[in-house]
Amino acid sequence: MSEQDIVMEDRSAAQSVPPSVIEVEDLVTHYGEREILKGVTMEVREGEIMVIMGGSGSGKSTLLRHLMALEQKTSGTMTILGQNIDDLNMQEFTDLRKKLGVAFQGGALFSSLTVGENVMLPLYEHTGLDRKTMEIMARMKMEVVELGGFEDLMPAELSGGMIKRAAFARAVVMDPRILFCDEPSAGLDPAVASALDELILNLRDAMGMSIVVVTHELDSAFKIADRITILDRGHILMIGTVDEVKSSTNERIYNLLNRVPDGENLDPDEYLARLTGEESGVGNQPL
Amino acid sequence: MATENEHNSAGRFFENVGRSAVHGIEEVGNGGVMVLESLYWTIFGYRLKQPVRMNAVIEQMMEIGITAIPIIAMLGGAISVTLAIQGIHTLRIFGAESHVTAGLAFVVVREFAPMITGILVAGRSGSALAARIGTMKINQEIDALKVMGINPIRYLVAPPLIAMVIMVPCLTIMSAGVGLFLAGVYINVELGISLSAYLDQVIDILKVDDVAQGLSKSCIYAVEIAVIGVVNGAGVRGGAEGVGKATTRSVVQAISAIIVTAMIVVIMSTV
Ligand SMILES: Nc1ncnc2c1ncn2[C@@H]1O[C@H](COP(=O)(O)OP(=O)(O)OP(=O)(O)O)[C@@H](O)[C@H]1O
Ligand SMILES: [Mg+2]
Repeated sequence: MSEQDIVMEDRSAAQSVPPSVIEVEDLVTHYGEREILKGVTMEVREGEIMVIMGGSGSGKSTLLRHLMALEQKTSGTMTILGQNIDDLNMQEFTDLRKKLGVAFQGGALFSSLTVGENVMLPLYEHTGLDRKTMEIMARMKMEVVELGGFEDLMPAELSGGMIKRAAFARAVVMDPRILFCDEPSAGLDPAVASALDELILNLRDAMGMSIVVVTHELDSAFKIADRITILDRGHILMIGTVDEVKSSTNERIYNLLNRVPDGENLDPDEYLARLTGEESGVGNQPL
Repeated sequence: MATENEHNSAGRFFENVGRSAVHGIEEVGNGGVMVLESLYWTIFGYRLKQPVRMNAVIEQMMEIGITAIPIIAMLGGAISVTLAIQGIHTLRIFGAESHVTAGLAFVVVREFAPMITGILVAGRSGSALAARIGTMKINQEIDALKVMGINPIRYLVAPPLIAMVIMVPCLTIMSAGVGLFLAGVYINVELGISLSAYLDQVIDILKVDDVAQGLSKSCIYAVEIAVIGVVNGAGVRGGAEGVGKATTRSVVQAISAIIVTAMIVVIMSTV
């Protein structure tokens, strides 16, 4: 991989570029000793859907977690909604987080609360509204994801697709500025998956949210993306529009798009480390 | 070749020992930070519009305390009666069996009531706490809380911690009461000392100090149980199996912590 292969976005485009809501510069991160992201520079612009793609283990979920400021970075700078996250005190950090929403891959609904209570939780914790109002607001979001009437079920009583949709409802109940989704359509049947794509598009169009989506599904990515970031083993291979990505001549991008198996994808050292359980946690420690 | 190998494995051994030691210290540190942070949210939560929810605390109190009453009463009683039997049996050698009350009252109030309560709460609620936090960790529920701007310490740790610190001493008092009463019944039957005489004796012997020591110890146990449960739960990696391991580990650690604390306190208070 030489530097020239990296296709940078075209900054000289005629139309003015919207301001960015997230700016990442030279982000380097580690899990333990292992370097995962090796100098990532990117931005998410206001009102755009940014899709993050890349091979398995390339660091997509890791990047997403950093964009939400859930992990400690090794070096680099990150600005979310104009605030450098290194400069924030706890209160400012909490306030910033109220403007973010996330729909995790597995939904991450709280199993001890009903679906309705899950969706209502951010309202309950952050607003002084009375219960009736909160219920109405939660129900509106439930309607948006077509889960109206399921408020009183427990998460365990929902199907996988319903859990994902409920997680969406919870993620947007506070009308966040930025929405993060990890693999929204993984493991869903095509009809539900495409309904989720529509939902994501609607959220951007109707509410002007900036949305960051990690996905494996090419069709889905091409349908919703304004721009695509392609990660490869901790590096950014390309950032560009759907057309730019589709017409890329880069071999690795071609392989990714055409599902050519890529033997190099796994660093053998990493694989060995994983096999020997170098980093398995709890089990290995004496009492 | 061989020496090099040995060298390597020895090096690796010490590296592992070192790593575990660092990890252990880290866990204790994490626990301390957790307690301080819980305290912080309990005191300043309201002002920051992020209060520790009273109903969550009450719910935990029910779960940790109220539902544990039968088993703790039963085992507290069983231990005290056993001690009475043993005490009478031993003192009879010296013809001093009527003095059994003194030893019994001290040892139940200062040691056994807090300890048996602590061990049972560790087994029932400490493990449940570890399992709950661990499951939430692997389901990314804790991450979800963070992104929602809900502090997990305030939301998940402070309520059970507060509930434990309130309920474990209460349960200890109950356990000691039930235990001493049942032991009294046994002594009444065995030695013919009337219950009221026995109770007078108990009240006479016990000083505020003894009760204070029992109660303050039970508070320490409560904090230990909660912190160990949370630290193990939060450290879970690798799916359901990890949760199981963390749960087991939390019970073993909590019981060890309780017994070691008891020993340290008794050494400090009698030397
Ligand atoms: N909690 C963790 N502890 C240690 N290493 C981790 C952890 N999470 C991820 N990794 C490592 O970081 C690397 C990137 O993982 P990540 O989950 O970001 O990949 P991904 O691109 O999302 O892959 P996938 O498409 O399979 O979800 C992997 O090599 C993985 O082993
Ligand atoms: Mg992933």
